[in-house]
Amino acid sequence: MVPLIVTLAVVVVALSLTAALLIARGRARRGTLSSGDQPTPRPAESPPTPPGAAPRPTESAPEPPIATPRPLATQEGQAEPPRLRDRLGAARKMFAAYATSVLARGSISSETWAELEEALIRADVGLKTARKLLADLRDQVTSGAVTTPADLMAALETLMGDTLRRVSGDSSLAFEPDTTNVWLFVGVNGVGKTTTIGKIAAREMASGRHVVVAAGDTFRAAAIDQLELWAKRAGAGFVRGLPGGDPSAVIFDAVQHAGARGSNLVLADTAGRLHTKANLMEELKKVRRVAERPPGKVTEVLLVVDATTGQNGLAQAREFTSAIGVTGVVLTKLDGTAKGGIVVAIQEELGIPVKLVGLGEGQADLVEFDPEAFVTAMLH
Amino acid sequence: MFEALSERFDGIFARLRTRGRLTDAMIAEALAEVRDALLEADVNFTVAAAVVARVAERCRESELSKSLTPAQQVVKVVNEELVRVLGGETLHIRYAATPPTVVLLVGLQGSGKTTAAAKLARWFKQQGRNPLLVGADLQRPAAVEQLRVLASQAGVGMFSDPVDPVATAAKGLDEARRLGRDVLIVDTAGRLTIDEDLMDEVARIESVLSPQYTFLVVDAMTGQDAVATAEAFNAAVGINGVILTKLDGDARGGAALSVKEVVGCPVAFASTGERLADFDSFYPDRMASRILGMGDVLSLIESAQREIDHDVAESTVAKLRRGQFDLDDFLQQMQQIKKMGPLSGIIGLLPGVPKEIKNAKIDDKDLARVEAIIRSMTPAERRDPVIVDGSRRLRIANGSGNAPGDVSNLLRQFREAQQMMLKQLGVGGSKAGGNKAASAKGSKSKKRKGGRVTPRSSKNLARNTSDTGRSMDGFGDLEQLAKQERLGAGAGWPTPGWRSKP
Repeated sequence: MVPLIVTLAVVVVALSLTAALLIARGRARRGTLSSGDQPTPRPAESPPTPPGAAPRPTESAPEPPIATPRPLATQEGQAEPPRLRDRLGAARKMFAAYATSVLARGSISSETWAELEEALIRADVGLKTARKLLADLRDQVTSGAVTTPADLMAALETLMGDTLRRVSGDSSLAFEPDTTNVWLFVGVNGVGKTTTIGKIAAREMASGRHVVVAAGDTFRAAAIDQLELWAKRAGAGFVRGLPGGDPSAVIFDAVQHAGARGSNLVLADTAGRLHTKANLMEELKKVRRVAERPPGKVTEVLLVVDATTGQNGLAQAREFTSAIGVTGVVLTKLDGTAKGGIVVAIQEELGIPVKLVGLGEGQADLVEFDPEAFVTAMLH
Repeated sequence: MFEALSERFDGIFARLRTRGRLTDAMIAEALAEVRDALLEADVNFTVAAAVVARVAERCRESELSKSLTPAQQVVKVVNEELVRVLGGETLHIRYAATPPTVVLLVGLQGSGKTTAAAKLARWFKQQGRNPLLVGADLQRPAAVEQLRVLASQAGVGMFSDPVDPVATAAKGLDEARRLGRDVLIVDTAGRLTIDEDLMDEVARIESVLSPQYTFLVVDAMTGQDAVATAEAFNAAVGINGVILTKLDGDARGGAALSVKEVVGCPVAFASTGERLADFDSFYPDRMASRILGMGDVLSLIESAQREIDHDVAESTVAKLRRGQFDLDDFLQQMQQIKKMGPLSGIIGLLPGVPKEIKNAKIDDKDLARVEAIIRSMTPAERRDPVIVDGSRRLRIANGSGNAPGDVSNLLRQFREAQQMMLKQLGVGGSKAGGNKAASAKGSKSKKRKGGRVTPRSSKNLARNTSDTGRSMDGFGDLEQLAKQERLGAGAGWPTPGWRSKP
């Protein structure tokens, strides 16, 4: 318990603060300081609402003033799901330039390697993973298996495809028929957890599963309303708690509700949280424990990762995995200019498969991860 | 957030310093490592290459200064270059001659625009302004509702009209004029830069509002794509500032560097937490010194000024210097520090803290346990922990829900810490020279002078130490450090271990 470090640190801080104050006093006399922070404590530890007493807020406000997503890509969920390759095409021109430049050379030179490294880094694959991939390729060149730039490009494509397929070959989500499956969605703030749940709810309803959506993000303002709109659109059941309430309680209610109604799938939303916040990660562990209570069983823990994420994505995956055991990654917003190469690093270092890819704001814009298409789209 | 980057630099520079003479090859090798460190921190590829090229250029050109070893020269150039890239002035908002001053927020989905809008409104309110928030994000379900809730938390008015984003923005402007609000903050829907319709829409919003400030909201965790995003938005609406969000994680924030370098507009505000209050102007020089491992002393001081009770702090110093710092004072000190936020965050701001402490997972729950143990002691025990014998220990352990061993641990650690503090302050300890002399003078304002930081020999620098006690000498130098920071981070070198000159 109480590592020496903590006490030390406290003392250190204490000392430096007192020193800092001595300096600060002089300054304070001159300038005025704004004070009066009004802390809005994260409700994780102490739900501000009185327990039990308050009924659910039924202020059925005249349907929030929200237009439906513009492209109306839903068309009753029957629209043909977008193809990864098509969607990626638009933003992939830059990468193609590298391929062309590499191919334009007559032989494999040091520039070729530099260009490939640059291309991979620009795709957010990361320095370490990029070098590892290129080292493999170098071996192939040394052994004489690859001799021309064209072969090299093909070899890179195969290598990345193989790497991805080894882990992400099967992108189906685990589902056990005789229990109440709980799929838990976690991730840092703003990656698209709520939207992803909305899309998955629609998809699973369409495939005949009985879905209950649990509004476990009780922290962000209006997250509950946002999810409710998605649930309504999908025709799924919806369980909500009070804003600022205990997320575990909401998930528990949802599981019980699903069990009672014979629904076999609960999609559990959670508030976005930075993986560095120990208390919030603890909260997540509790959510998971509660979700495991009968009849619930957590069959998937999906980490939602934004395609624009850089090398921090690796830290996210690591921390969420060590806290609650991530089973798969959902890569969102891949329809932009970002290439989402971080998932290659996540697979490579942590062995977590990519399962789904988000390609837009419509209900149908969520497709299964396809390693070949992903790599092809990246390299051409 | 930038800690890892600064750590890498420490390593690279330490290796340089151990060499007496530098060959071109050595410099090239060091610069390649600098480039890698930047790339790992998500600095854009082009930007990283440009920074390194400029450094190389300057290393070649610069005449070797007499007072500096070649290694120091390289370090200095890298530092200056980074400060330059990140740097520049803090953005000072200039209010429009005829109110309202219009601020438009744009960005990708999920970058944090809505939250940033509310935080910004709160900030303006604190500046004595009277802002109005406009929710023009009609795309994401419940985005307007979210803004409404946040606006009421911030105590700021909010307007939205669920028809059309452009019309909403225009009406919002009329509304602000009608109500006599002097700042108008317009939140827009997140959009991808390749979505031509939506980019066109945001351009129309921009032309309807002709805002004084158009801020791009950027997630600190963004990778290489940050530059493409910034360029596209800049082309569409003309950005004059960046709001960097989610800075409280461990992202290395290379995006901030890249955007500044490529689009030329500075980071204006940074958001560092989930509370509405966790938001402030961005100080590039402070951030630069944070990257460079100097700690962010000014931010720490400001935070301390807000949260810490001056009288308590003074009496603590007095007690410390008399060697009477007891567990009660310790407890009080802990309470004060807790007000400033999580311990790990505070430690991150401190200069010269050994890596072992910085990297240690510090759980604030441990603080609570320490607190529980101390609170289970009688006043006499707190004043003089020596009297705690076996039976007292058992009572304390039971009272606080810990094992007796935990109690002994704490007491032992406290004793050690106490001794260290005495040493630190030059009271009764064996610490030589300067500190003692200073404390003899007795004047508080002068007591730190003995521990002045001076440029020191490269040997001392290279011998950056994991010896906790030694590194901690540096905390006496805060005053000096703060001065340096005010002069600009380039004035002093980042030194991994601050050491008092004997």
